[in-house]
Amino acid sequence: MADCGEPDGPGNKDDITRSKNEGKELTKEEKQRLRKQKKHQKKQKERKNEKGPSETEKDKTPVSLLPPPQPVATQKAPSALPAPASAPIPVPASAPFHSSPAPSPADKPAKSKAELKAERRARQETDRAAKQPGSSSSGIKTKVPLSELNPVVKRLPEHVQVDDPAVVKRLAKKLERQQIPLRSDYGYKVSLFSHLHQYSRKAPLTQLLSIPSTVIHPSIVRLGLQYSQGIVAGSNARSVALLHAFKQVIRDYTTPPNEELSRDLVNKLKPYISFLNQCRPLSASMGNAIKYIKKEISNIPSQCKEEEAKTKLLTCIDRYIEEKIVLAAKAISKYAIEKISDGDVILVYGYSSLVNNILCEAFEKSRKFRVIVVDSRPRLEGREALRRLVQRGISCTYVLISALSYILPEVSKVFLGAHALLANGYVMSRVGTSQIALVARTYNVPVLVCCETYKFCERVQTDSFVSNELDDPDDLMVTRKGKTQLENWQDVSSLGLLNLVYDVTPPDFVDLVITDLGMIPCTSVPVVLRVKNLDQ
Amino acid sequence: MELQAVLMAAGGGSRMMDLTYNTPKPLLPVGNKPLIWYPLNLLERVGFEEVIVITTKEVQKMISTDPKVKLDVKMKLDLVCIQEDADMGTADALRHIQQKVKTDVLVVSCDLITDAALHEVVDLFRAHNATLSMLMSKAHEFTETVPGQKGKKKTGEQRDFVGVDGTGKRLLFMANEADLDEGVVIRKSIMRKHPRMHIKTGLVDAHLYCLKKSVVDFLADNKSISSIRGELVPYLVRKQFSKSTNSPKVIDETHQNLKKNDSNVNLEIQISSRDEELLHLTQERSCWNDHRGDMSDAYHGGRLRCYVHIMDEGICYRVNTLAAYIEANRLAPKLFDEPAVHPSAVVSERCLIGADSIIGASCQISDKTSIKRSTIGVSTTVREKVKVTNSIIMHGVTIEEGCNIQGSVICSNAVIGRGADIKYCLVGSAQRIEPDALPFETLLRPPCLRSTLTPTSTHRSTHTQCLFKQLNRNNTCLC
Repeated sequence: MADCGEPDGPGNKDDITRSKNEGKELTKEEKQRLRKQKKHQKKQKERKNEKGPSETEKDKTPVSLLPPPQPVATQKAPSALPAPASAPIPVPASAPFHSSPAPSPADKPAKSKAELKAERRARQETDRAAKQPGSSSSGIKTKVPLSELNPVVKRLPEHVQVDDPAVVKRLAKKLERQQIPLRSDYGYKVSLFSHLHQYSRKAPLTQLLSIPSTVIHPSIVRLGLQYSQGIVAGSNARSVALLHAFKQVIRDYTTPPNEELSRDLVNKLKPYISFLNQCRPLSASMGNAIKYIKKEISNIPSQCKEEEAKTKLLTCIDRYIEEKIVLAAKAISKYAIEKISDGDVILVYGYSSLVNNILCEAFEKSRKFRVIVVDSRPRLEGREALRRLVQRGISCTYVLISALSYILPEVSKVFLGAHALLANGYVMSRVGTSQIALVARTYNVPVLVCCETYKFCERVQTDSFVSNELDDPDDLMVTRKGKTQLENWQDVSSLGLLNLVYDVTPPDFVDLVITDLGMIPCTSVPVVLRVKNLDQ
Repeated sequence: MELQAVLMAAGGGSRMMDLTYNTPKPLLPVGNKPLIWYPLNLLERVGFEEVIVITTKEVQKMISTDPKVKLDVKMKLDLVCIQEDADMGTADALRHIQQKVKTDVLVVSCDLITDAALHEVVDLFRAHNATLSMLMSKAHEFTETVPGQKGKKKTGEQRDFVGVDGTGKRLLFMANEADLDEGVVIRKSIMRKHPRMHIKTGLVDAHLYCLKKSVVDFLADNKSISSIRGELVPYLVRKQFSKSTNSPKVIDETHQNLKKNDSNVNLEIQISSRDEELLHLTQERSCWNDHRGDMSDAYHGGRLRCYVHIMDEGICYRVNTLAAYIEANRLAPKLFDEPAVHPSAVVSERCLIGADSIIGASCQISDKTSIKRSTIGVSTTVREKVKVTNSIIMHGVTIEEGCNIQGSVICSNAVIGRGADIKYCLVGSAQRIEPDALPFETLLRPPCLRSTLTPTSTHRSTHTQCLFKQLNRNNTCLC
């Protein structure tokens, strides 16, 4: 792709374009050099075949060293750079390596990997310095050059730093200032995920609040309760419920004297958002909706009267829901129905309101297909999906995820829903989705992800550990015939229960993303984000 | 504002007339605090700042004038008076204050003593957008012997049948034995929607209800309902499953014709709220369902929902019988942290006061007295060599020397003569027990008020068993 996505820092555009150009030039340079070295190498190989295997092995290891550092380095950094830069790097890496045994084939490359790396790096730096003197070295894979590019240090969100006591203290102070109670973590957390919150459903946040809630608007308290008890679940449902509650807040809001609505209302919403975050971590769609509302509120001109401003905000919210959720669903259904042909066997996972919508509409347009619903514990959301599909008259099969590889040979397409689409093309969805995508890829079954554009998120994540959600571990307990085996799991010191909610699927396993803007490949997500940013 | 608290304190205490003929029920001392203090304390602890108290003029006067009745609550009390003889039920009282009710209400009865976590009840109300949410508790057997009654009584107190669903939270069925002719009748529509129902009988209704504002408005239009517990709650529980509430056709009609006098339809209009489409969209997109196994949506598409929170552990008493009153006195000290012996009481050193006894303010306890498991009221005088065990002694009582009081209730301003040996008796207000009297299992109170009392079975039974006739010197029977 000619234009890959850009990071948020406004001042870094120049640096990035320059480094990209450098990269391209480097590839051309390196390619020429590579050709020469290969010719040289062939002659060497003809002479010494014995050392060939050992050298190729050693060739592979330094190359493999390169990809891992990249994802670690890119936290909030420009995702574009590693992508095009990763291509040229293995090439120059191998090239100098080939050149080193060439002059001295006699001594075995006994240098350690670190030394070789350092050599390579030094050579690249000199080359680059020779090409464009005076420019700052572009960050390819090391952290230090990246930070030079990104002078704005982005802070990690607090909900992924729970094991850092300073951050927890800061959060507690902020909540105290906003008069919101702090919800305490529950139970033993598995060490890999100890940086995330883990709450118990039996200890709701409302027991720390006064009953006629005065600090927090009652509709927000109700919403928080519904989130934490799972009554409102699913990305779309949560966003719609959030906007509904905000509408009620705006209706009941009166501007205090000597204050402006545009500034005061945003400040009023902040404690509510913290409260909802405590009840259940906000989803990406909710985050985008909140950003939109805050922008709309701050854009209200100061001379606007209160009633007028309120009606304007209410219509904005209605329009947002109508455009981004309802109409988007219709558009996505239209595109997706083109992909469903008669005689298809479609596999769906869990409950996705959008995928359900698509299947129901396709059935109404008299497409002949059958559905296989895959479900997983502990949520067992597939049962609800199954009920809704069967209610319409679609013939369905229901399996648990452990039967996936047995059922996949029958499947012709896989439709998956998404919780969010990340800026590097990864799909964040219910835990188990990446498994489905992986197995489907193995069986060469096309995987189609359906996602509205308002769920596109500028975060970058390549693993499911960094940012996730830990659900109540007690949900994993099953009571059969009155007996619960895991009843006293807290007493067993070596036992930890982990109930993950989300996982990320790499874009290699996804064949198509169907959005309301059309059908795009997974790697076009950053483009959509950029276009959206330009629009707004 | 989310919830308004309404405290019903106009009840007469018809099941314990022995205690309440002189003192109104809300002001009966329990653990040396007026009964009304307990629900007020509960509301204050939970965070309410204002309470509407519906009471009689007599109670209002006593609260404002009587120094012994100290309600040290920081909340703002809005006292609404109703006529004593108007015979208003709880629902009538709610209708009376309909103008003051601006949001959903939390109705509490003045005789509730509990340490329940109120947020459980209110959370059910909020989370499921319920019309009614109430509190119930597993009934505990009363262990104390009740004075004035021979042996353990088991009066035919009508049982309540409460049907809940599998989760134990949704209220499906509620009926009192008195309303049922032969057996429990459960409609097929309920069984179709909730095939598994647990019917419980040993539950105590705490009389704590969260009601939507639309219910109060509905009451204003339907003047036939006079009691919340007796009529409104069973009506709402039945209405959950009635066809007219659930059929979408009727709901469309109600949206068009807003002026219909049918009571069913009225309730429907008032339940629907603004932004109904958004709520519907949320429910449509959400993957939650409250039941499994059939094809219907969450809540079976019903818009009227009643929930109950059943407490397993903890204190929950309704002080409306004598037995409950005595039990409450035993347990009330656990609910507040004040010291057992009031600092202003004058207690001599050579007296023996048990750990679970409470001594009120300005008492005078003389030497060689022994007080065990008892409550001594405000301004009571206890002379030497008195043994008080398992008893409740209210305010202003004078107990002369050498008395032995066991398992009894002595009401306010009574005078117990010297050497009296009182066992399992109830001495009425301002009564005099002659010295060396030996009443046993009797109720002693003046006859003149009997004409205003509804005769209770206990009263009649003890009247025939009165032993006092033989003991009185003046030859007047005080029963």
